[in-house]
Amino acid sequence: MDTNTIVVLLQSTIRVSVPLILTALAGLYAERSGVVDIGLEGKMLAAAFAGAATAAVTGSAITGIGAAMLVSVAFSLVHGYASISQRGDQIVSGTAINFIAAGATVILGQAWFAQGGRTPALSADARLSTYKLPGADAVRDVPVLGPIYSDLLSGHYLLTYFAFAMVPITWWVLYRTRFGLRLRAVGENPGAVDTAGISVVRMRYLAVICGGMLCGLAGAYLSMALANGFVKNMSAGRGFIALAALVFANWKPKNILITCLLFGFLDALSIYSQNADLPIMGSIPDQAIQALPYVLTVILLAGFIGKASPPKASGVPYVKER
Amino acid sequence: MSTPFAKLPGWVEYALIPLVNLAVAFLVAGIVVVFVGENPLEAARIMITGAFGSGEGIGFTLYYATYFILTGLSVAVAFHAGLFNIGAEGQAYVGGIGVAAACLTFDSTMPWYLVFVLASLGSMLFGALWALIPAWLQAYRGSHIVITTIMFNYIASNLMLYMLLNVFKPLGQMAAQSRTFEAGGQLPKLDWLLSIFGLDIGGAPFNFSFLVALVAAFVVWVLIWRTRLGYEMRTMGFQPHAARFAGMKSKRIVVIAMLISGALAGLMALNPIMGDQYRIQQDFVTGAGFVGIAVALMGRSHPVGIVLAAILFGMLYQGGAELSFDMPEITRDMIVVIQGLVILFAGALEHMFRPAITAFFARAGKSRSEAAAGV
Repeated sequence: MDTNTIVVLLQSTIRVSVPLILTALAGLYAERSGVVDIGLEGKMLAAAFAGAATAAVTGSAITGIGAAMLVSVAFSLVHGYASISQRGDQIVSGTAINFIAAGATVILGQAWFAQGGRTPALSADARLSTYKLPGADAVRDVPVLGPIYSDLLSGHYLLTYFAFAMVPITWWVLYRTRFGLRLRAVGENPGAVDTAGISVVRMRYLAVICGGMLCGLAGAYLSMALANGFVKNMSAGRGFIALAALVFANWKPKNILITCLLFGFLDALSIYSQNADLPIMGSIPDQAIQALPYVLTVILLAGFIGKASPPKASGVPYVKER
Repeated sequence: MSTPFAKLPGWVEYALIPLVNLAVAFLVAGIVVVFVGENPLEAARIMITGAFGSGEGIGFTLYYATYFILTGLSVAVAFHAGLFNIGAEGQAYVGGIGVAAACLTFDSTMPWYLVFVLASLGSMLFGALWALIPAWLQAYRGSHIVITTIMFNYIASNLMLYMLLNVFKPLGQMAAQSRTFEAGGQLPKLDWLLSIFGLDIGGAPFNFSFLVALVAAFVVWVLIWRTRLGYEMRTMGFQPHAARFAGMKSKRIVVIAMLISGALAGLMALNPIMGDQYRIQQDFVTGAGFVGIAVALMGRSHPVGIVLAAILFGMLYQGGAELSFDMPEITRDMIVVIQGLVILFAGALEHMFRPAITAFFARAGKSRSEAAAGV
């Protein structure tokens, strides 16, 4: 394997791990506040559709992103209403969101654009644009470091840089702000937070809204950056991989980055190995690599590599004592 | 703590509230149809006539219902023990190995009823095996069954693709599927059942597995409400602490409940593989495992409710196919939306209308007793 192959592999690792990072962070906010969110997949899909549809009609990428976030937050609020206000089963609510999004995106897409559930291909303005880091062209010829800077680090979408920046920002918000302290407390011991005079309901709604916004960005990235418009079921299980990454990362921002890059790398590797012969990869069935993130997560959950410790109150609706 | 919900009459609890929830789900679905620019009442008419208007329509409706009865029972058994088995999809998929192995081995040497016994045992075995690992992890390692069963669905789809490509696929064939079974691997159609009512089944794949599903529903009823194991499972689901204090072995019950749940899901593989396509092919489950969640929630985890809910979803599947001919704007994805709405309103929001209904009955009861006192 030469440097070039490695750069290509790592570059596509970065590209495919962006939606994973955003979605896993979205799940982090919700679950750290005690709301289990298995509707990540559905929200990402709905946002991808809303973003591509709006961008196709208005021709503006910013409006598309706005619509994607709006729709995703709306779904989050439905989930919040069911699981926070109505104290319904959070798993059931998340499952419902996944189905509603999977069906409604195709129905509305077909009704509005009549292209078999696709949205029209986006014009250059309606897509997200890439950003070249300063001096990327100048240093390209420098051996080793040149390709790394100008091909690997430069030339990504702004959203990519944003996603990677969100990891330390989330860490800071969670561990260094009053909001973050309350958010974590609400997920561990809502009774104590309530006693301190802070509204559990309000905190949890804020958390699911944060999650909704991040999921919306992930969806917009899928349909407006990775692809050139919306295609039926284009999230293709990424929401569940992100959920797996969240669990694998033990609900910690730093680990989320590493896990998402690892899962992204596996994805990139399996895409790459379909086109090129890699030395060891040829003998491993493609399906085994595809299944690896899920298998790893199960092994982690089983407690064979470290111990998964979810927020204590996650999945439990809060009932104020009367 | 005050009791949030007063006791309601049985018919309100088991009929009115589920029907109100269902009605709201369909109302919202109707709004989606309006959004698409079609008439929802007309759509409903086409669906109902498509599903029940002809012998062939009924045959298809019941064929689809067969899937959903079995997956609904699978989800419901787990619900009773307080477990959310979101993995019926994967368990049914892996259960297909059992059916295909029995059929491919014995289809030309044994009559269908012997192959059927082996195939159903095999499907239940493989379905149960696929549920065993998540169950064991939940019971003994404390990992959450929802997450593990989701992971196992994805692992199953990769495993089965590998199996289809490398084990079941005959040489020199492109598609990921097995060869077609001989007569021994084909379940008989139930055309005689419908011809009793003077109906012609036409080309509908309505087959023997429907009867298997009904028997399974009865067995589940006996299991849950008439056996000691069922009692222990319900206690577990209702109040795990109480079950432990009463000396029930909760870990064992988790594993057994999931094994039964997985076996029921696996049994579903009979219907498409041995009853319709006569071969194992990629994605033969087509989301039936997930429909099972909606069916179990709607049927309130009771076998009778599940059979009724499964027939309703069978109607949606068959009627939805007819609908997409007449209203091309409304594809079969509409069913997925309805499924999601049913899960939302009959599941996550099941208590949304309860306070209003309770208040209504409390007021009605009060005015009646006042009227009696006033005489």
